[in-house]
Formats: sequence, structure tokens, C-alpha cells
Amino acid sequence: MRGIFEDELKKLHGKFTEMGINVSEAIYRASKSFIDHDKLLAQQVIDHDEQINEEEIKLEDQALMLIALQQPVATDFRRIIIVLKASSDLERIGDHAVGIARESIQLKGEHRIEEIENEIGEMTNNVRSMLEEVLDAYVKEDEMGAKKIASANQKIDEDYAEVREKTIKMMKQDSKVITGSASYLMVASYLERIGDHIGNIAEWVVYNETGHLAELTPDHHPEEK
Amino acid sequence: MANIITTRNVRLYYGDHEALHGIDLDFPKNQITALIGPSGSGKSTFLRCLNRMNDLVSGVTITGSLKLDGKDIYSPQTDVVALRKKVGMVFQQPNPFPFSVFDNVAFGLRLAGIKDHKLIQERVETSLKQAAVWEEVKDNLTDNALSFSGGQQQRICIARVLAVQPEIILMDEPTSALDPVSAGKIEELLLDIQDKFTVAIVTHNMQQASRISDRTAFFLDGKLVETGSTKQLFMAPKQEATSDYLNGKFG
Repeated sequence: MRGIFEDELKKLHGKFTEMGINVSEAIYRASKSFIDHDKLLAQQVIDHDEQINEEEIKLEDQALMLIALQQPVATDFRRIIIVLKASSDLERIGDHAVGIARESIQLKGEHRIEEIENEIGEMTNNVRSMLEEVLDAYVKEDEMGAKKIASANQKIDEDYAEVREKTIKMMKQDSKVITGSASYLMVASYLERIGDHIGNIAEWVVYNETGHLAELTPDHHPEEK
Repeated sequence: MANIITTRNVRLYYGDHEALHGIDLDFPKNQITALIGPSGSGKSTFLRCLNRMNDLVSGVTITGSLKLDGKDIYSPQTDVVALRKKVGMVFQQPNPFPFSVFDNVAFGLRLAGIKDHKLIQERVETSLKQAAVWEEVKDNLTDNALSFSGGQQQRICIARVLAVQPEIILMDEPTSALDPVSAGKIEELLLDIQDKFTVAIVTHNMQQASRISDRTAFFLDGKLVETGSTKQLFMAPKQEATSDYLNGKFG
């Protein structure tokens, strides 16, 4: 029986990774569309999200079928549960990429702040490399790697706090930048949330390995500071 | 999907007592159909109608239509031996004949009049391989089949059935007398031979049905309550009775 189950599980994990790569691409394009004021690219991200949602439904359907029909226990059970849980995190990340793309479409700011845009670009790069690392840890079932990602998420939270602080400062100084800056705040907060979802995926990787549900990063709300 | 066997309104009586109350069930080619239900629900009785095993029980009357490849199984013209060559059967208790492994598997071939020794040898080897027992018996083909473990005996019996290349194999609780590892081997071999054979399996083990079958039929009190794809039946049964049984509320 191992054969069938292993094959199905392998397929499931393959599809999960594929979905992860698509989501990473969505983050990149959404953020690029925002910085480049590229509404066409932004619309593509929004349109593409439907495909990501469908991928998630397919993954869930297959995972549920494996649970119902193969009735896995112990490690096999965990390996399926994490697909279910982590794929919903990926799907939410996709939604946040759409959120960024929507900001790009609404963008009306003639008054841009290069420094902030650079920082958003930097945050995007950090978030994407975190996502790639978590997918890698997921595939390799690498508990230590996953734990490192959880601490990288702290950095994203700090970046967000910094962008927020700077943006608010600029808004106070010059009312002309308020409209555009509101978008900066939104986009940075989307990126911060994406980081949290990646942190969740890292927690699922750890759960897969250890069987323990652990909160790797204590809830961190920089906006409450 | 072509059906190997189709049945309509099958009723079986022990004397005046009706034990099967009109069963309509088809067996699609190259699929594993599981028959599940509590003891006394009629699943084994129904399975035995498919190769006329109930003919041997006195006082049994069967009505309705049962067709193999479109031909009436209960027609007076039907040669029962030829029928059982096409509709093989594996029982709960391994029942090898008390002679060598080779002769067990070759038995049906010789019975069918095959004399070509090379062909018999080839068929025996292929069948033992398909039954996933070749590696364990290949050096002891002349040993008495009864000297092997229960799980091996059951796989030798399966090889004996496969050797005559039946169109459909009926299995009546084939793993319930075996340990989990042996049972797992049989489940795996069933999945492996699926592209060449069609299987109808009666099982009390619902996990087994869910793991290996394509379609599942749920029997209760001599009636077919529900049938459908195994996925549908196990994940979203249409009947409450099916759901209750799968959840272990009775049976």
C-alpha cells in the first residue's frame, strides 16, 4: 500500500511547490507593478490569482481524498495535514499580492518618495527569498532551515515598522505626498503579512518533523509599538 | 467503461425466504469493486451468485438477470466449468491443493487441456509474479503448497486463479485470515494487476475497501443501499445508512 500513498503524496508535494513558485512570482510582479506604476502588469497579477485559488482547491481536494481513503496516521498523517494547512497560507499570500496589485491600479501619486519605494523593493526581495527558503525547507523536510526562516520574519516586521515610521514622518512634513504614501503603508503592510504567512509555513515544516505544534515567532505587531 | 458483469433485479431465495431483494449492480472492466456491509447483509451471497456457487446450496432459487459479457450466467446452456474459468474465485481461508506449488498453479491450465509444458511453465511463473509471491517460492516450486505461511498460501491461490486468465476475480474476504503485512501484500498486488483483471471483493475491512477499490457497493439487509465511486461513497455518501455504517454506528 505504501506505493500508492507515497506516489500520491509525492504528487501532492510537487503541486504544492509549484503553487509556491507561482505565488512567489505573483509577489514579484505585484511589487514591480507598484514601483513601476505598471497597471497592466498589476491587472495580470489579479487575473492570475484565480489560477492560484484553483490550485489550492485541487490540492485540498486531493489531500482530503488521501485522508478519507488512505486514512494515514503518524508521520503520513502529518505530511498530509501540512499540505492542507500550508496551501491555505500560500493562497492567502496570493491574495495579498492581489492587494498590492490593486494598490498599483489605484495609484495616483505624482509625488513619489524614492527612498520608501526602494525600501519596499528591498522588503519584496526579502519576502521572496524567505518564501523560496521555506519551500526548500518544506521539500527537504528541513526543520533547522524552517526555524531560521521564522527568525528572518522578525526582520520583515522591523522593515515594516521602519517604512511605516518614515512614511508617516514624510506625510506630516508634506501633505502632497499623503495620497501616495497611504499606498506605501498598505503595500508594506501586505508584505509584512506575507512574511507572517511564510512564518506559518515554516511552523508547519517544523510540525511535520517533530509532531509538535510550535509558535516560532511570537505574534509581532509592529503597528502597536 | 464496459461492464464485465451486469446484474438486474437479482433476488435469491432460501426456500420461501427472500435473502436478496432485487440487486442491480455492474462490474466495470479493469476496476476493483468492493462490496461492503455488516454480516448477513447479503454481500457474499450476492458475490457467489456471479459464478453460480450458490447452485451447490440446496433450496436456493435465483431470479433476475445476471450477465457476463452480455451472456446469461444462469442460462441452461451455460457450462458452469467454463463460467468459473472466466469468473475466478478466492476465498477467506487459503485453500491450496495438497500438492506442489507448481502443480497448484498449473492445475487450472491442465484442466483446460493445455499440454504444452513450456507454456505451462511460463504461465506459472507469470502468475506467481503477478501474485507477488514468486520471489518467495521460486526456489521451492516442488514443495507442498501447504508448507508455506498463510499469507503465501493465499497468494499461491491467487496465482492459481490468475493462471487461467479469468475475466473477473471474485474475492470473498481474501485477507481477513491474514496478518496485516500479508494483507497489505495482497492489497498491493490487486492494484498491480488491475490493468489486466477485474476484481470484485467482499470485505469487512472498510479501510481496505477505501484504500484499494475504485467503486464501492454498500449492502444492508439483502438490499444494495448505495453504490458509487469509492471516493464519493466514502467522502459524501448519499444515504444516511451508508454514512452510519462507515462511521461504525452499526454492523
